Amino acid sequence: MSTAVFPVGPTRLRLGPITVVGLVLVGAALASLVLGPAGIDPWGAIRETLDHLPFISIDSGLSEQDAAIVWQLRVPRMTLAGLVGATLAGAGGAYQGVFRNPLADPYLLGVAAGAGLGATIAIVSALPTASIAPFAFVGGLVAVASAYALALLGGTRRTGATLILSGVAVAAFFTAIQTYVQQQNADTIRQVFSWILGRLGTAGWGEVRLLLPYALGTWLVLLAHRRHLDVMSVGEEEAATLGIDPARVRITVVITATLGTSAAVAVSGLIGFVGIIVPHIVRLAVGPSHRRLLPLSLAGGAAFLMLADLVARTVRSGGELPIGVVTAFVGAPFFAFILAASSDARR
Amino acid sequence: MTRVSCRRLSAAYNGTVVLDDVDLSVEDGEWVVVVGPNGSGKTSLIRALSGSLPAEGDVTIGDRLLRDMRRRDIAAQVAVVPQTPVIPEGMTVSDYVMLGRTPYIPYWGTEGPADVARVVEVLGNLDLLPFANRPITSLSGGERQRAVLGRALSQDASVLLLDEPTTALDLGHQQQVLELVHRLRDRHRLAVISTLHDLTFAAAYGDRLIVLVEGRVVASGKPAEVLEPKLIEEYFDAAVEVLEGPDGPVVLPVRPRPSRH
Repeated sequence: MSTAVFPVGPTRLRLGPITVVGLVLVGAALASLVLGPAGIDPWGAIRETLDHLPFISIDSGLSEQDAAIVWQLRVPRMTLAGLVGATLAGAGGAYQGVFRNPLADPYLLGVAAGAGLGATIAIVSALPTASIAPFAFVGGLVAVASAYALALLGGTRRTGATLILSGVAVAAFFTAIQTYVQQQNADTIRQVFSWILGRLGTAGWGEVRLLLPYALGTWLVLLAHRRHLDVMSVGEEEAATLGIDPARVRITVVITATLGTSAAVAVSGLIGFVGIIVPHIVRLAVGPSHRRLLPLSLAGGAAFLMLADLVARTVRSGGELPIGVVTAFVGAPFFAFILAASSDARR
Repeated sequence: MTRVSCRRLSAAYNGTVVLDDVDLSVEDGEWVVVVGPNGSGKTSLIRALSGSLPAEGDVTIGDRLLRDMRRRDIAAQVAVVPQTPVIPEGMTVSDYVMLGRTPYIPYWGTEGPADVARVVEVLGNLDLLPFANRPITSLSGGERQRAVLGRALSQDASVLLLDEPTTALDLGHQQQVLELVHRLRDRHRLAVISTLHDLTFAAAYGDRLIVLVEGRVVASGKPAEVLEPKLIEEYFDAAVEVLEGPDGPVVLPVRPRPSRH
């Protein structure tokens, strides 16, 4: 009897969770494509999208204007939501693994605060819109470098806790400066606010092209470290006796996740909650192994943000909600529900 | 053949000397037990021998100096069971044992069929198959310690370092764990170095004992030679009688008597 209960060997991706996440992702993508205020024929929208894929040529039957709405507005916006969501969720799962702290997320190392400051400076200085992204990017990198330097000052033993504390301090400091800069420039305050709250509304193929290489690179490196993150879960000293170099894994994963986060924040503004909520839901469903957690978080994050964006642009007639508001407003109660349900099920 | 040895090993931790000129050499298939009072440097010795604690002096594994070896190579030779292993929340037993295969999996790669087969074999040897897909956090203390041993075993190392492997176990489970180490040592000709608090267990399972006090080796040899009541009184500050038992000396704590000399 005893041998029969161990049929599959150690953790592999099981078909069940993949199927569920895959279906949700496809569903989210389709819904983003066909729903919108313009009242475009759903089948037409799908045909128009398929028509742009390589080797496929179908007549969508849409007017030129409707076709442009689908291909120039909806598809890039959906794609960008997917890229941003996947990157933030993957980075969150990676931070949580490398710091062995379930509360770690892209905001913890001060990346978001630094990016926010960078973007604010660009906006209040009335620099061209195109410069917001690089400024946010530099701000995020400066913040994470400061957090690292601070942790190094704190002592030779660079534990995960030291880094997180440094990150929190850096985030508070950068947020304070950001608020100060923002208050000093009352004329641009609205613009800064709308960026801080997160937005995908102005997204086009340009943003997708800007983010795509960073997103793909981030996903690849993080996925390649999924085993190492499992090894790191026994702590750095034991991980070292198992044959890995914890410092090297940590710095590689942190820098990768930070680059991905900065790139995402630069094009979409500050969208909170994705990096913490998605990996947690995935973890509750499939357990803590990063070999399942990271790929499913990427897919789940993409689906989550597509759906959040769908809500943001359809829930209020005649205007859009900032997507950051939606992720927090929908995400927090949903998360609470999942937590409560899972703790019931375990009893 | 000598599997692991150290010469003039010294180390300091936070400014305190924790190891002072320690010499030790352990053969294939030999089990050396390190005993000593609290804070005598036993854990530091285990950590220094695995490269976790930077130390002066030479540690040799097989025919190579530890300091010249890469982490992966050390991990393929030396398996460590720490006193309080970090047990990852929710990780399954089979995933946990699979961690021991890390030195054999390429940096960018993932485990192959050979690794899975080895893990299944180890789980079978340690009677852990029924727990394979259960979270390790749901196991009892004795089962958990078997899983930690399983992780060490799947490293296919020739040296096994155990730091107080019986901590927090009841008497029966202490015995089971030590018997298991004894069998594994025999089967795989492992060189075993373990620390143990219980001197009677140390005598029953160790081929040799070394007594560590303030980082120095103050006595070493066969259990019957080392476990003298006077030595125990001096270094452990304990009143004992040493009886003869079926598996070697039995160290019996007694109420301290007023001094008669």
